[in-house]
Amino acid sequence: MASISEQFEVSGKMKTWSMGLMGVGILAFIIGFITKGLSSDEHQQAIFWGTLLYNSIFFLLICNASMFFICVTTLAHGGWQVTFRRVPEAISAVVPIFGLIAIFILFFIVFGLNHGDHNLIYHWRIPGDDQIILKKTGFLNPPFFVIWTLLSIGLWSYLGMRMRKLSEESDQAEMNQEQGNKWIHRNTVIGSLFLVWFGLTVGSTTPWLWLMSIDTHWYSTMYSWYTFASSFVAGMALIALFIIYLKNRGYLEYTNDEHLHDIGKFMFAFSIFWTYLWFSQYMLIWYSNQPEETTYFQPRTKDGVWKGVYYLNLVINFLCPLLILMTKNSKRNYTVVAFMAVLIIFGHWMDFNQMVMASVSRDHVTFGWLDFGIAALFVGMMIFFVGKALSRVPLIPKNHPFLKESIIHHT
Amino acid sequence: MALKRYVVGCFDDEEVLFPAVKKVRNAGYKIQDVYTPFPVHGLDHALGMRETSLHTAGFIYGILGTTTALAGMGWVFTKDWPMNIGGKPNFPLPAFIPIVFELTVLFAAVGMVMTFCYLCQLAPFVRKHHFHPRATDDLFVMAIECTDRTNVEDLKGFLQSAGAKEVSYQVAESGWWFGRYDVEPKLYREENPVIG
Repeated sequence: MASISEQFEVSGKMKTWSMGLMGVGILAFIIGFITKGLSSDEHQQAIFWGTLLYNSIFFLLICNASMFFICVTTLAHGGWQVTFRRVPEAISAVVPIFGLIAIFILFFIVFGLNHGDHNLIYHWRIPGDDQIILKKTGFLNPPFFVIWTLLSIGLWSYLGMRMRKLSEESDQAEMNQEQGNKWIHRNTVIGSLFLVWFGLTVGSTTPWLWLMSIDTHWYSTMYSWYTFASSFVAGMALIALFIIYLKNRGYLEYTNDEHLHDIGKFMFAFSIFWTYLWFSQYMLIWYSNQPEETTYFQPRTKDGVWKGVYYLNLVINFLCPLLILMTKNSKRNYTVVAFMAVLIIFGHWMDFNQMVMASVSRDHVTFGWLDFGIAALFVGMMIFFVGKALSRVPLIPKNHPFLKESIIHHT
Repeated sequence: MALKRYVVGCFDDEEVLFPAVKKVRNAGYKIQDVYTPFPVHGLDHALGMRETSLHTAGFIYGILGTTTALAGMGWVFTKDWPMNIGGKPNFPLPAFIPIVFELTVLFAAVGMVMTFCYLCQLAPFVRKHHFHPRATDDLFVMAIECTDRTNVEDLKGFLQSAGAKEVSYQVAESGWWFGRYDVEPKLYREENPVIG
């Protein structure tokens, strides 16, 4: 198997698309900045920064979900993902770049959007004499926000980089059994460090800090898991899309519908998991009916203006995957999986939209050109940087000890 | 129930079994079934079996469970005995969802198990002919049904050339009957003529 060598090259078409999307995105950003960002209306400014906020965090988290996937499969000693492992690796290589963008946007919101006695997005920034917020300032304060944000993104980037370095190291020489064991062990150590940190950040604190704190009075312990489920299922869909793209271009010879089937199972299962969290969060609050808890659902359900987006979300992210991805044949069909992957990414992007924007703008639905424009900017950047990362190393880790297991994988 | 004639070939290796299945099918013989000690991936495809409809049945049972739960609770709490529970509406959908979910799972699971037992004719005291007791241990047992035109000796030779370790000719009940293995021990004392 030493002869395996697949080198990806960024095609002209891919470059044109990424540049085009980025161009559209930058245009939307500039127009948005002039018409909304510089507007004297505080509401418009909040919409502009809120849009940037949820887009940057959504794309950061779905790219980071790729590294989560690699670490989980590494720790479980899973072998089936090895033939396409370089794809999630390449996607996770975007984390430092998107992380920097998110850091800039988050810090600008915390420090640059204070208008007199209030912050446009994070109300906890200037609590005034609000007793409920004052009790939360131990967690919600600028120094902690800054340190935790830097630590989160920094460690995701650093540990992700270590995992990718290890993977590239394996390309240099064939390993015997002992070296292979050692190499897997080193992977396991870094993978578990990443997972512990991932659990402390994406699994709990970071979504509370970045997203949930917009509704400062409200709290839900389900929120972080909900965010994680959203980003993980969209992350799996993203991996599926890149694999299908590479297959269409004639790469990834050893990845076949058996692997696609398993990715499809992930997309199916975690869509259900997302729905479970969606419902649990909703039902407990609906049942107890406490004023400080129901505030989150006021703009989103019943008489709220965001009702349409909120329930459309449930149709796209639950009903469609449930009914379309249920059968074995649809999970093995490239067209169906590609379609569902696009739908799932769109659905969870919309989920992030309503998570942030319905709190920033409770009385008006803001879904419009700016959302799509900024999303185009991030998608364009993602295609550009992932393409670059893919072309940097061979597409198949030819010396990975589990490669054979992956090639003969059978579901 | 009818007695049928079978030629039975026993293989001790998967690697031999798969080409043998292919050869036997290509030669036009009708394989009744292959009994294996453990699930063998891809054997159903090799045997040319139709994909099971068990999952479709499961889906239908699930839907049935969903409607049963919704209709049952809906009728009880709106028509039969409306109650005010915590000021919630009489048909509080979110509160019903967990039960709807549970009943969906219960109906689908129990229904599929029972359908599976029915399809495989599994029930207490139901007995079927065992072609070889070692099919539950370490042998892959292929049973080929003989027709009027089947030359038994030819078929035995053919199976041996395909790699069968033991070949036998058996006349056996094709269906099932009531009985108990502990009071009908004949099965295990049955000595089949072994060639080769």
